[in-house]
Amino acid sequence: MHRFLSHLYLSDMRREFTEKILVILFVLAPFFTWAQHESTETESGAESKREGIKAFIDHHLQDSHYFILTEDAEAGTHYGFPLPVILWDNGLKVFSSSRFHHGETVAEVDGNHYALYHNKIYKTDAEGTIEYDDHHHPVNAKPLDFSITKNVVTMLLVSLLMFLLFRGLANSYKKNNGIPAGVGRFFEPLVVFVRDEIAIPNIGEKNYKKYMSFLLTIFFFIWFLNLLGMTPLGVNVTGNIAVTFGLALITFLITTFTANKNYWGHIFWMPGVPKLMRVVLAPIEVLGMFIKPFSLMIRLYANMTAGHVVLMSIIGLMFLFKNWIGSSLSFGLAFALSILELLVAALQAYIFTMLSALYFGMANEEHHDDH
Amino acid sequence: MEIPTIVGAGLIVIGAGLGIGRIGGQAMDAIARQPEASGKIQTAMLIAAALIEGIGFAALFAA
Amino acid sequence: MEKLIEQFSFGLFFWQIVIFVGLVLLLKKYAWGPILKAVNDREEGIRKALESAESARKEMQNLQADNEKLLKEARAERDAMMKEAREVKDKMVADAKEQAQAEANKIIASAQASIESEKQAAVNDLKNKVAELSIEIAEKVVRQELSAKDKQIKLVEGMLDDVKLN
Repeated sequence: MHRFLSHLYLSDMRREFTEKILVILFVLAPFFTWAQHESTETESGAESKREGIKAFIDHHLQDSHYFILTEDAEAGTHYGFPLPVILWDNGLKVFSSSRFHHGETVAEVDGNHYALYHNKIYKTDAEGTIEYDDHHHPVNAKPLDFSITKNVVTMLLVSLLMFLLFRGLANSYKKNNGIPAGVGRFFEPLVVFVRDEIAIPNIGEKNYKKYMSFLLTIFFFIWFLNLLGMTPLGVNVTGNIAVTFGLALITFLITTFTANKNYWGHIFWMPGVPKLMRVVLAPIEVLGMFIKPFSLMIRLYANMTAGHVVLMSIIGLMFLFKNWIGSSLSFGLAFALSILELLVAALQAYIFTMLSALYFGMANEEHHDDH
Repeated sequence: MEIPTIVGAGLIVIGAGLGIGRIGGQAMDAIARQPEASGKIQTAMLIAAALIEGIGFAALFAA
Repeated sequence: MEKLIEQFSFGLFFWQIVIFVGLVLLLKKYAWGPILKAVNDREEGIRKALESAESARKEMQNLQADNEKLLKEARAERDAMMKEAREVKDKMVADAKEQAQAEANKIIASAQASIESEKQAAVNDLKNKVAELSIEIAEKVVRQELSAKDKQIKLVEGMLDDVKLN
């Protein structure tokens, strides 16, 4: 290596080129050694590795009763902290998830036994036996689980972050004579963007004000959660169907309860079409009322889940490939995809907010068919 | 002969992809023709793309 | 689809709604309200400042136009005044000339008159002198002549004839 270096350094003309090569070599160096080390592994080892990656991705996509930062699956050690479990099973049961010992033991609370199976809590006997039906689904009783899970903790963290951030921005106006200071300089244009590019064009100058708090909160909430999903914390909140269902449900409720007469008229008695068509259109429109928030829910969930699956699969590929070319290509691809995911994180927040604003706008549209 | 549902889902995804591609292309054309209306075109484009995307996901989950 | 329903966790949904609604309400009170208000105020301020700048510009323009007008008026007035002054001067010169002429004419006339009268007086004087002289001569002649009677009568008659002739 040193001779190689000095040889190349002889020529000044090639210096720049050499530097580039060196950078690439440094980046690739770990793959060289790693590839040599792994090449002794057998085929079946690769197979089990593939299964392991699949299980890891599956596990990552789901919510968890632990906040695990990193783990060593082979040694069975976890680095993280347990979270509180709150169950409603003929009375409130609150205990720490550490009592499950990562699903290895049965937790006994007030004479009831609970076991953790695929991140879900089931009521079992003292041995923790889980019975299955024909489709390998557990048939044990499931107590209502209000646990503070990893996703709940993440949402609380994001809420705290947002509160501090935007409260700080709001306060900086007072201190700074109406001009934002610090981080606010970056976020204020985004707030103005939500107002000028999302709320006003879709809802209209007249009605947009009452929706602003919701639109701003949902935009930053989804965006921050998406971005947090990109970090090594390994959270996947917006890729969870319960969360997106909740967000879409709120949009649906706001649309329904702030809708004016014109909106309902368009649903049940579409103006400007023959009578028979109105009868046909009414059920379609009613269905559309529910499909709109449903598509919001599915879109966010599917985009974020798909992004995580693809990205993690490609990262997993790095460990599957036995040669350095494949692994470095996977690395490059994963890098490019991460950048794309950063864009998607913002884009999905934008689309969710914009479509919500669009639905609010529909609910507030004034009668104007008589032109 | 039974066609696996995943094939159908794949077909729908191809269709959705073509549709979104077409929307994007047409929007580019429209913006090139009328750069001053790019904001409105972008909004309309995103809405249309989002609706088609919804169909694509519905197909994926049905499969 | 079944997988989705299976994944659905009611607890997470519950907490999500609670956290999100709480967050919306909290942020509405402590963040979005003040932020939007501040942004609006600032935009309003900028709009007002622009408007007042515009009106100031207009006022300035008006002022300039006024100035221009005043200047024009002043110039016109000056021109008019100068014209008038010139006219007055011309008139005065003409008047003075006329007066001088008249005076001169008057003086000339009176001079002529006095010359005439002097001349008349001189002629009269001369006439008187000639008459006296004539009488003296005539006396002398008469004295000489009238030594004889006939001669006297002849002379008288001759003289009377002359007188008659005159």
